Amino acid sequence: MTVATPPRTQEQDLPVVPVRHGGRWVAAAAIAVLVVWVVGSMASNERFQWDVVGEYLFSEQILRGLGNTVLLTFCAMLLASVLGTIVAIGRLSENPIVSRAAWTYAWLFRGTPAIVQLLFWFFLAALVPTLGFGIPFGPTFFQVDTNTVISAFTAAILGLGLNEAAYTSEIVRSGLLSVPAGQREAAKSIGMTSGQSLRRIVLPQALRVIVPPMGNETIGMLKTSSLVIVIGFTELMTSASQIYSRNYQTIPLLVVAAIWYLALTAVLSIGQYFLEKRLSRGVAGQRTVVAK
Amino acid sequence: MNEPLLRAVGVSKSFGAHEVLTDVSLTVAPGEVSCIIGPSGSGKSTFLRCVNHLEKVSGGQLWVDGERVGYRRKGDKLYELREHETAKRRADIGMVFQQFNLFAHKTALENVIEGPVVVRRRDKRQATERAMALLERVGLADRAGHYPSQLSGGQQQRVAIARALAMEPKLMLFDEPTSALDPELVGEVLDVMKDLAREGMTMLVVTHEMGFAREVADTVHFMADGRLVESAAPAELFGNPRHERTRGFLSKVLA
Repeated sequence: MTVATPPRTQEQDLPVVPVRHGGRWVAAAAIAVLVVWVVGSMASNERFQWDVVGEYLFSEQILRGLGNTVLLTFCAMLLASVLGTIVAIGRLSENPIVSRAAWTYAWLFRGTPAIVQLLFWFFLAALVPTLGFGIPFGPTFFQVDTNTVISAFTAAILGLGLNEAAYTSEIVRSGLLSVPAGQREAAKSIGMTSGQSLRRIVLPQALRVIVPPMGNETIGMLKTSSLVIVIGFTELMTSASQIYSRNYQTIPLLVVAAIWYLALTAVLSIGQYFLEKRLSRGVAGQRTVVAK
Repeated sequence: MNEPLLRAVGVSKSFGAHEVLTDVSLTVAPGEVSCIIGPSGSGKSTFLRCVNHLEKVSGGQLWVDGERVGYRRKGDKLYELREHETAKRRADIGMVFQQFNLFAHKTALENVIEGPVVVRRRDKRQATERAMALLERVGLADRAGHYPSQLSGGQQQRVAIARALAMEPKLMLFDEPTSALDPELVGEVLDVMKDLAREGMTMLVVTHEMGFAREVADTVHFMADGRLVESAAPAELFGNPRHERTRGFLSKVLA
């Protein structure tokens, strides 16, 4: 029986032709044409009124609105992160009362529209005219008029932050559940309490899973914060609409707002990239710099 | 005769209606190396987990170093331990897991100093010095800055042993420490364990390594179906098993 042996000696000397990725060239050409066409038509279309865009891009009113958007987003996300983490830990608690209370919080604040919650906090005074601190059904030590505490700004933070906390709690909970049970057991076995194990072992590892969706939520909040227009608080979108309702330059001012939203999103995305890189320490497949 | 370091009397454990441990009684003297062998699902690991209260026993009693596991005696009453009290007791018992369970976001060195610094509140520099000595002892001083994902299974398990030793435990529990390892990496972990045994560490080892049990153990316990079938010195248990069940198991694993 004879088997044809491949001509090895010859094959070793043959030049190698790499696979050609023809599709990549086609895609590159198609996308380049599309980009040139879109950018070109936008730039040359006078109805975009780029001069008006330029005029208002750094106008004082727009910048003030931008500042408020950043402030609202930061404060609301800060409140949401802290409260959301507490609610998530509550959901996973062995205490059935705490766990059900946390579930109810998420149900209530996810289940009603953010706009309703904003209006609710803003008009809190109509329901509860005074806020006091004291013993329920007993003496009150300290009392204020609700309207002095609930400004448009505090109502905006409460409305956006408490609503977002409900979503955040689910993100944090999924992060906590993503850490293998063995990590918690190992922490217990060296004598850690569950608080120590949560702070030092579980949460740091959960963050890796929590950060990407939280980046999503933060970018979403930049734009969701424009809802505060219903309680008369001005941020970027409101500023733009106030200007175009005066001068009817609707499209250019929407472009101004869009440019700033895109810029903020870019900054957040870059921050998220570095945060994710930092949190990927020790993850298989990631070449991390070895410390010490 | 010394007071035993570990004493189990009639320990049982059920998960719902399923009883995984039935009336297990055994003792481990200070400095003794005990191995528990037996088929999968015989309750060996569950028993080990009961010893440091990762599982709560359903019946019977366990004592470690004279203290009832999970309870504190005051007068003529037993009080169930609060969480921080249980944590304090666990700190004195080292545990090595089948899946290593090294803290994935910490380097080998950080894994070893975590307990001393966070639980025992030792000075970080002293803890680091001691941790380096322990890593040296398990042959991994040059891997101190590596993350678990950058270490082989055998190296991870040796770091896990160093992490447990850093707490200066009076008892070491090993839960099938070599079962998740590639065959060629089993030896390096067993060597570290043999050293420990020689230095007089009290050890309770759940294992499928019959060679290790025969060579190192003072006592071998055979468990099947949640019951302790027989306990004897290795020469006796391997050479002259008294129970049919033990003979059946040994004939399969030693074949």
